[in-house]
Amino acid sequence: MAGLHKSEFANPVVNWIDTRLPIFTMMQKEYGVFPTPKNFNYFWNFGALAMINLVIMIATGIFLAMNYTPHVSMAFDSVERIMRDVNYGWLLRYVHANGASMFFIVTYIHIFRGLYYGSYKAPRELLWMIGVVILLVMMATAFMGYVLPWGQMSYWGATVITNLFSAIPVVGESVVTWLWGGFSVDNPTLNRFFSLHFLLPFVLVGVVFLHVAALHITGSNNPLGIDVKSPQDTLPFHPYYTMKDSVGICVYLLVFAALVFFAPNLFMAAENYIPANPLVTPSEIVPEWYFLPFYAILRSVPSKLGGVLLMFGAIAVLFVLPWLDTSPVRSSKFRPIYRNFFWVLLIAVVVLGLVGAHRPEGVWVVLGRLATFYYFFHFLILLPVLGKLERPLPLPESISRPVIAGGGGPLPGGAAAKPMEKI
Amino acid sequence: MANSMPATEAGHHGGDVTKRDFLKLVAGAGAAVGVGAIAWPLIDSMNPSADVLALSSTTVDLAPIQAGQAITVVWRGKPVFVRRRTPDEIKTAQSVAQNTLADPALDSARVKPGKEEWLVVVGICTHLGCVPIGNKPTEARGDFGGWFCPCHGSQYDVSGRVRHGPAPANLAVPPYAFDGDTKIKIG
Repeated sequence: MAGLHKSEFANPVVNWIDTRLPIFTMMQKEYGVFPTPKNFNYFWNFGALAMINLVIMIATGIFLAMNYTPHVSMAFDSVERIMRDVNYGWLLRYVHANGASMFFIVTYIHIFRGLYYGSYKAPRELLWMIGVVILLVMMATAFMGYVLPWGQMSYWGATVITNLFSAIPVVGESVVTWLWGGFSVDNPTLNRFFSLHFLLPFVLVGVVFLHVAALHITGSNNPLGIDVKSPQDTLPFHPYYTMKDSVGICVYLLVFAALVFFAPNLFMAAENYIPANPLVTPSEIVPEWYFLPFYAILRSVPSKLGGVLLMFGAIAVLFVLPWLDTSPVRSSKFRPIYRNFFWVLLIAVVVLGLVGAHRPEGVWVVLGRLATFYYFFHFLILLPVLGKLERPLPLPESISRPVIAGGGGPLPGGAAAKPMEKI
Repeated sequence: MANSMPATEAGHHGGDVTKRDFLKLVAGAGAAVGVGAIAWPLIDSMNPSADVLALSSTTVDLAPIQAGQAITVVWRGKPVFVRRRTPDEIKTAQSVAQNTLADPALDSARVKPGKEEWLVVVGICTHLGCVPIGNKPTEARGDFGGWFCPCHGSQYDVSGRVRHGPAPANLAVPPYAFDGDTKIKIG
């Protein structure tokens, strides 16, 4: 297999490198001419947006780490120093903190896109499962990052989340002591969280690479959920989807910038501007918004171990989703019954989010239990059964067919015929 | 778009520069400016922060320093030597022939007029940044009575001028000003 690559690049320097290490050929193949279904809607922007977001988080995080001190007596002050004294430190921190929220917004939309259009179904099961791993690593990273400023919410968030593991029978207490490196959340905990918070984003980069690699083997799903049948169904990734992604990136950056410059503390708890106090728990302790649905599931179960199991189960169920959904039809467009239940699931998750933000009393307890029940009912019972009962609408013959049948206006295929021609 | 098409066609006939070339240039330049604007805060965050800049001046009380002695004070995290020279040392420093110096400088240019007694220099060897010895009379001061760098053997005279290599330049004189007769403010 060894041997030089026969490069087709005209530039002699590029050619020289490409002959020895064909990265240019690879980029051209995977991001230049890569055949991509031509019927993407804007929901297909969110993977690229998440990738950009990861880059932003790593870039700002590296520079924040240069000014941060992972020690219980200095962490809070070092963050305040970043806000007040470090050049553009306020910007770095607000971009990083709000970037976490943006990351989850983008990723959750990406996930629900996958749920609506059946992107998890064969042959993309592994692609989907790698995605769930990404979600888990993101959650761990976000949680540990939130501990670093060492405010009240940081401290008590760390205490509550690490105590989840005390629900494990027999070894629970030992596991928690091991996680803490002591008998409470303290300096050793902060040190290791900082180390892991620095490491995990690079693990994410690796897993994201696998996610993209798997995507480029199976090819992208599309809003119709049917397979690409011929080259007429596709467009080269560049310039068609580099441009479409660029439009999305501009809108995404506008929202991001609006958040950072006009409402930087929208998602932040005021309580976290109080230095950590191991002797007083804040009266309203709430996790970051992106954990609220899971937090609500945890609290909906009147049993310590049960709540923890169900909370982790909410993610675990996503791992096996490709085998729970028995319908061979991917896109909800052609699944008249599932389509309605998709929205019910979305509402249930939003309700769980609201429940998580309120004290568990009165109507919130009932709502939380109903929504938790529906969440698991949806994945464990509805999807397997619905696949057998539902009669899907007739699928189009090809991706091109409904475009042509739809008529009106010039065909996108016409533009694809001569992509290299200058206007 | 429809309206702009004929103009584009005309432009195409006029020469090799097309509307697309223009759009590519504008988009590329816009992206470059954007990336630069994003990169700058990251880069600038590595510059000295406000609290570091706030430490940029140091006040020194000269009263306790005896003639012939020197003290070390910290300014911007660096050692600064403040030396009270004896009349003999001042005379020696002033009478050195300029052509014997590696980095010629008059002694009068290295002290404040009327305050020849006081020499203030940054105590960092101009070779590779070690701190020379010689503040205490008991320490080696080299052949020229000033300072001796233990790292690579550079020697400085009582005016802080390099007299023996490998250091290429004299000890730097920091910006400072007298505040009365017995106080200086460095920085």
